[in-house]
Amino acid sequence: MMNFKGKLAHKFAESPLLQLRLPAWRSRLMALVILGCFGVLLGRSFYLQILNTDFLQEKGESRYRRDLEVSASRGRIADRNGDVLAISTPMKSVWAIPADARLTPQQLRELATLLELDGKELSRKLASEKSFIFLQRQIPPDVADKVAALKLPGIGQNKEYRRYYPTGEMTAHMVGFTGVDDKGLEGVELAYQSQLLGRAGSRSVIKDRRGQIVEDVGSIKPPQDGKDIRLALDAKIQYLAYSQLKQAIIDNKAKAGGAVVIDAKTGEILALANWPTYNPNNREHLSGAQLRNRAVTDTFEPGSTLKPFTIALALESGKVRFDTIINCAPGKLTIGNATISDAHPHGALTVAQVIQKSSNVGAAKIAATMTPQQMGEMFDAAGFGQISRLGFPGEVGGRVRPWKHWRPIEQATMSYGHGISVSLMQLARAYSVFARDGDLIPLTLTRSDALPLTGTPVFSQQTAREVRAMLEMAVQAGGTAPKAQIPGYRVAGKTGTAHKLEGGQYANKYVSSFVGFAPASDPRLIVAIMIDEPGGLKHFGGDVAGPVFAGVMGGALRTLGIPPDAPLQVAQTPAAKEKL
Amino acid sequence: MLQQYLRRFWVRLVVHIDGPLLLITGALMLAGLATIYSATYDANNRALSQLLNMFVGVCVMWCVAQLPPQKLMRYAVPLYVLGVILLVLVFFFGIKINGARRWLPLGFTRVQPSEILKIAMPLMLAWYFHKYEAALKFRHFAVAGLLLIVPFGLIAKQPDLGTAILVGAAGFYVIFFAGLPWKVIVGMIAAGAGAAPFVWTMLHDYQRKRILTLIDPTTDPLGSGYHIIQSTIAIGSGGTTGKGWLGGTQTHLEFIPERHTDFIFAVFSEEHGLLGNSILVALYTLLIVRGMMIAANASTLFARVLAGSITLSFFTYAFVNMGMVSGILPVVGVPLPFMSYGGTALVTLFLALGILMSIQTHRMLVKQ
Repeated sequence: MMNFKGKLAHKFAESPLLQLRLPAWRSRLMALVILGCFGVLLGRSFYLQILNTDFLQEKGESRYRRDLEVSASRGRIADRNGDVLAISTPMKSVWAIPADARLTPQQLRELATLLELDGKELSRKLASEKSFIFLQRQIPPDVADKVAALKLPGIGQNKEYRRYYPTGEMTAHMVGFTGVDDKGLEGVELAYQSQLLGRAGSRSVIKDRRGQIVEDVGSIKPPQDGKDIRLALDAKIQYLAYSQLKQAIIDNKAKAGGAVVIDAKTGEILALANWPTYNPNNREHLSGAQLRNRAVTDTFEPGSTLKPFTIALALESGKVRFDTIINCAPGKLTIGNATISDAHPHGALTVAQVIQKSSNVGAAKIAATMTPQQMGEMFDAAGFGQISRLGFPGEVGGRVRPWKHWRPIEQATMSYGHGISVSLMQLARAYSVFARDGDLIPLTLTRSDALPLTGTPVFSQQTAREVRAMLEMAVQAGGTAPKAQIPGYRVAGKTGTAHKLEGGQYANKYVSSFVGFAPASDPRLIVAIMIDEPGGLKHFGGDVAGPVFAGVMGGALRTLGIPPDAPLQVAQTPAAKEKL
Repeated sequence: MLQQYLRRFWVRLVVHIDGPLLLITGALMLAGLATIYSATYDANNRALSQLLNMFVGVCVMWCVAQLPPQKLMRYAVPLYVLGVILLVLVFFFGIKINGARRWLPLGFTRVQPSEILKIAMPLMLAWYFHKYEAALKFRHFAVAGLLLIVPFGLIAKQPDLGTAILVGAAGFYVIFFAGLPWKVIVGMIAAGAGAAPFVWTMLHDYQRKRILTLIDPTTDPLGSGYHIIQSTIAIGSGGTTGKGWLGGTQTHLEFIPERHTDFIFAVFSEEHGLLGNSILVALYTLLIVRGMMIAANASTLFARVLAGSITLSFFTYAFVNMGMVSGILPVVGVPLPFMSYGGTALVTLFLALGILMSIQTHRMLVKQ
């Protein structure tokens, strides 16, 4: 620069003509301006590239580096034989980086059509200030491919899974369902959420301005799929329970109902069905009534199904023997200012007949021989008033008032199952003390291969066997539930017909139930049936719930290949009678 | 015999070529080619077609360099008049592209007359001052100002502020070197400062927005601020020595707009860092120093002010472009000389380079 100025000055000196017109200060000024400008440029460069480089590099990186979640597949839920009840199928979710998603109106329309979104709504979503938004989740892979083919800037896709339930409404309450983020919301999906849920992996990628992945960088964490759950449930028995229950409710014009099948040897829940139910694959119009897992979350006054416990306690404490005569005439009994009565008046009955004929008066009289403490502790030991802790949402323990506050009339009504509430699941489990030799077993939702199981003793073996014999009588001719008989098997069980409490008064509505087990010689299955508000002509447990029990139990025993323990009474079946 | 023939051919070929100028621009073009390759090799590589542009440019430069300055002077008035007429035609019949009326349709192709003025303007004014060299009065400066302001206004009206500034600057440099009284310069600066608010109201909305985003690009990060934010991020990401050739992430992930044309400096900066920037600025400084030496050694007023104007135009191009890309000047469409992709601009630059070489080499011939 200096050189040039020097030369210029030299030239001016040579030519007097030019000396006047091109004074040296012009060149100097220009040189100064140029140096100043370039100096500012380099200063700016220094400021950006040395002083602010970290900040700007980070900002730059934030523009292209993204951590993507790689979703894991949720574990499958299968029945005890491996039949799939819940499975995750791969789907896609479509997301957008609003800043990059500059779409033409044409592109916007096409995208909205594919995603089944309103055009305005889509525009509103894309105008969002957020750096990342989901446009539509769980779209089928073929639609996702069409979206990808549009090659829209700033629009991308993630792999997702959608939960599918092949058995649909049949197992809805047992299996439950998940929400959109693989979160278990009901049933086993909720109870075993932590095991079913996989751990999402992640990968770090570089994306270009259009949101397209250019390359994978950094460490990649592979997704860990969730564990599969093998339920105790047997899909065939579940189908029996569900279909029989559904048919009975329709036939009896009932409001609702539940059915439970338990393996008496292992405590495994082989079936759990409720009505009304819902389709877990399409929950658009789901109502609370459909959603309720009644067998577990609803309590009801069990009625006569509780009598065997009263009798067992009396037998156990030696107050009565199976053949002790109880005078039940005239079918009424007044305690304080309340009167209890039998549906059909009886005369003198043996203790066994009190069960067989289901006499309220008889049960109340037997209960009167015991203290409230004895009865209260027995209810406790049989699991009433306690939550069964299966892990279902909204499980209830039922209501048993503390025995210290019992009045005599309460003790009397509780002896035949009023003034106490239980869930169907509890009731079924409690019957394990009779199905087994007096011990109460814990229940399990999952298949357990640890056999055999010992429970908590409640009654002695002898008491249990005596009550079992009485329960067998209840099903035979002269009992309350001959309709619960199953050809080829000895069946034991008890009916229940309870008035429903409405606003503190017993209304003319009933809960009909039947709990029983078979084969009576070596009980394997416990089945409990509850029908809420049968609206037809029949409302007795033996008439309404008994046939459902027979259908479910018979089918279940044959499904499991349990050998018959009763001689086939050929003459009993009408068809065979005609042959003869 | 053959050797002698070859030697004579070689002399004929290079006699009007200025070595230092060719060397410096050669280095710049090499850097430009490498950067264009880096910016476009992922898709639609432009390096080869730029090489072709350069070849055409060098041919034009060679041809122009053969013409002595006296001959160049003859083209001054016709070229200027043609340019202004075309500009007027553009004003009335030009085709509008992206809201600006810059192009004149010629049926088979279209031309951008403002490009002609980049050369015609300094040529015309240099000729004018040369003509009245003996007795320059104030009115001559007034006439020169008028000759300058008409095309400037026409181009600014298109609107094409970038080219208008370049044409205006080229003309102003001529007037300045011809001896514009410093009182007038001071007066103009004062008048300019006073008129700034009025100019502001005359600017187009998008031009105002560009100036405002310069002050704070984050006010409109997706709109007019987008270019500046992206380019400053790219430059800053370069750091001291850059990410290396082909290593610029902002470039290759397409975050830099116009990355092989007006914003090529951002790409270069990201890949070569402060070191590369310094070398680049040094190369431009060398180019200007060489140009100024040619101006100082020129034998006529015409040649001297023309060479000075062309040289300072090179400086203006380089400074405005780099300043805009690094976020200290508003965004205007000015390419980086000898580096940005684009045939027309390159040919114009080589034409100017040819004029410089002609001035330098013909003076030497006279001396000999």
